[in-house]
Amino acid sequence: MVFAAKHLLGIEPLNKGDILSILDRADHYVTLNRQPNKHGDALAGMTQINMFFENSTRTQASFELAGKRLGADVMNMSMANSSIKKGETLIDTALTINAMQPDLLVVRHPSSGAVNLLAEKVNCAVLNAGDGRHEHPTQALLDALTIRRAKGRLHRLSIAICGDIAHSRVARSNIMLLGKMENRLRLIGPKTLMPSGIADFGVEVFDDMREGLAGVDVVMMLRLQRERMDGGFIPSEREFYHRFGLDLEKLSYAKDDAIVMHPGPMNRGVEIDGTLADDINRSVIQEQVEMGVAVRMAAMDLLVNSARSNPKGVMA
Amino acid sequence: MTDLLLCNARLIDPEAQTEVLGGLRIKNGVIAEVFPGLEATATEGKTIDCDGMVLAPGIVDIGVKIGEPGERHKESFRSAGLAAAAGGVTTMVMRADTQPAIDTPETLAFVLNRAREVTRVHVYPMAALTKGRRGGEMTEIGFLLDAGAVAFSDGDAVCINPKILSRCLTYANALGGLVIGHVQDPGLSEGAAVTSGKFASKQGLPGVSAMAERMGLERDLALVELTGARYHADQITTAAALPALARAKKAGLDITAGVSIHHLTLNELDVGDYRTFFKVKPPLRSEEDRLAVVEAVASGLIDIVCSMHTPQDEESKRLPFEEAASGAVALETFLPAAMRLVHAGMLDLPGLFRAIALNPARRLDLPGGRLATGAPADLVLFDPDAPFVLDRFALHSKSKNTPFDGARMQGRVMRTFVGGEQVFAKDDT
Repeated sequence: MVFAAKHLLGIEPLNKGDILSILDRADHYVTLNRQPNKHGDALAGMTQINMFFENSTRTQASFELAGKRLGADVMNMSMANSSIKKGETLIDTALTINAMQPDLLVVRHPSSGAVNLLAEKVNCAVLNAGDGRHEHPTQALLDALTIRRAKGRLHRLSIAICGDIAHSRVARSNIMLLGKMENRLRLIGPKTLMPSGIADFGVEVFDDMREGLAGVDVVMMLRLQRERMDGGFIPSEREFYHRFGLDLEKLSYAKDDAIVMHPGPMNRGVEIDGTLADDINRSVIQEQVEMGVAVRMAAMDLLVNSARSNPKGVMA
Repeated sequence: MTDLLLCNARLIDPEAQTEVLGGLRIKNGVIAEVFPGLEATATEGKTIDCDGMVLAPGIVDIGVKIGEPGERHKESFRSAGLAAAAGGVTTMVMRADTQPAIDTPETLAFVLNRAREVTRVHVYPMAALTKGRRGGEMTEIGFLLDAGAVAFSDGDAVCINPKILSRCLTYANALGGLVIGHVQDPGLSEGAAVTSGKFASKQGLPGVSAMAERMGLERDLALVELTGARYHADQITTAAALPALARAKKAGLDITAGVSIHHLTLNELDVGDYRTFFKVKPPLRSEEDRLAVVEAVASGLIDIVCSMHTPQDEESKRLPFEEAASGAVALETFLPAAMRLVHAGMLDLPGLFRAIALNPARRLDLPGGRLATGAPADLVLFDPDAPFVLDRFALHSKSKNTPFDGARMQGRVMRTFVGGEQVFAKDDT
């Protein structure tokens, strides 16, 4: 399978074949990552710059490790408190970084579409590490890899995504990806945290956990984005936990072998019960973190190699 | 001033709602005679054969943003005047949302002087309704009327306090001033970049419900009923607001409504991959809304179509969508964009010029907008079928933020006359 895209800006432009080629390559890197010598050479000699306009620990660490394991020189730029605050525009920052001849740019930005804008102005491959409420493609890919390894397949599964859908780029990318792979999707959350027009996305929408979780194979919890709560979307955290927090009782409505996922960082006692999150028989949250490194290695490997074999690239 | 004879033209008369082949004679800056048929009586002056193209009253455009004072790098009186002439706009009614706002007679006098110095099309200024357009204290409405303000509007700044707005309406009404409101519920629309719905959700952009427009309109209509004011809603862009508008008109309120050309020709999906040139205020709507509003223009429920010309420099548009400035230039693309509706059979030419020339002139009590003996010779001659691909860098505006860059359009302005003087001629005519 040839991976034709120049950038990884979202799941939306990818087709099934693109998704599968990333996941297959990622499987290979999972094996590599479990060995004492974890070094690959797909990015040897290359420069990877992580530009995070929004604070992140986990995603940035995952991208950094992925790059280093493939032999790239990795530089982290925490843009949240840098020249962008001195009035430099996003495009000027992009041009400055571009002049340093990076091969890969990993970008997170608080505005939807900002990574697309930046990608138009640079010559290297750009990976979206999350833009506003728009997309977070590597998270959806690592979730898909986790599901495929736990369930043995990535199609015809019944999957519930629960919580703050409205503010979640993870939810959007997952809806795209899991929909493309022909799964049955259920979104569960209070109506105030559902995006408008969501029923047109080919999903079922519930505002009752027990009803929504009935018979599902996968339960995907979302972080309640407290920092984005600018207007009282829910009455209180405790009422949210009571109605939408995942605990053993609510989980009992799902299939017996249903797995529990969470993109992290978790708010224990807000969207998920702490004990359940740690239950290694149900929770695959730690696997998700492991898959994250492998998926990011795979995505960067494929982007760089497609850029080599296809220098003009096809915009994606 | 020499006489001018324009013959062999398709004459659009928006008053009579007719389209006939004929010609007209211009004398001393006014239309001296309108005659049907090809036969013209002998004349002393110059004769122009219009070659069967359309001759109509020049466009009267309400709500043009000119960057003086304050943002001359975006648009000056000179560049706006050239753009207007090239677009067949013979009268610009400029908005008060300058920096500083046109909220004192002194600022108003400044813009009128600047306009007279460098602009060959007519310019009439609006004045702000409240000081600094902040919705707090009313401006000197009486002095501003004396100085030449033709309407009072805070632009897209909504007066949040109904008590203040109702006093402004009462005071303006006592002096016969027209108030132009931007109908958006300020709370519901706060922070919105697009219209809420599937597209907004897919792109992860903050949206405003179309209902915010109906709420804004209903509030203002209630205050108009209370005060008896003369009121114009600047842009009605959603189907949900139309029944309220129809009710108010039926009840006999002194109310009219407008819409921008962009809301008639584009929809929310045109934003596509975060294209900021398509970011306007209010945001582009669904296709269903667009069609409903086009129909309302055709039926006359919506009285006025305007360009809502809003120049923005590259810097304010080359930003992430949420942060980018709103607005689009439109003086030069107004007519070809409107011709899309004519070519699609949704509007006829007399109906179009009723909405872009006759009605705005009547509502603001301005000369122009008519094609009749005694009317000022403010005219546009255009080829309704001429195809072209728009190049934004060919526009006369200082700012090039048009959503129609690279678009295929039909309808080219060939000549524009203001007071009988030719102010624009396409290069090859």
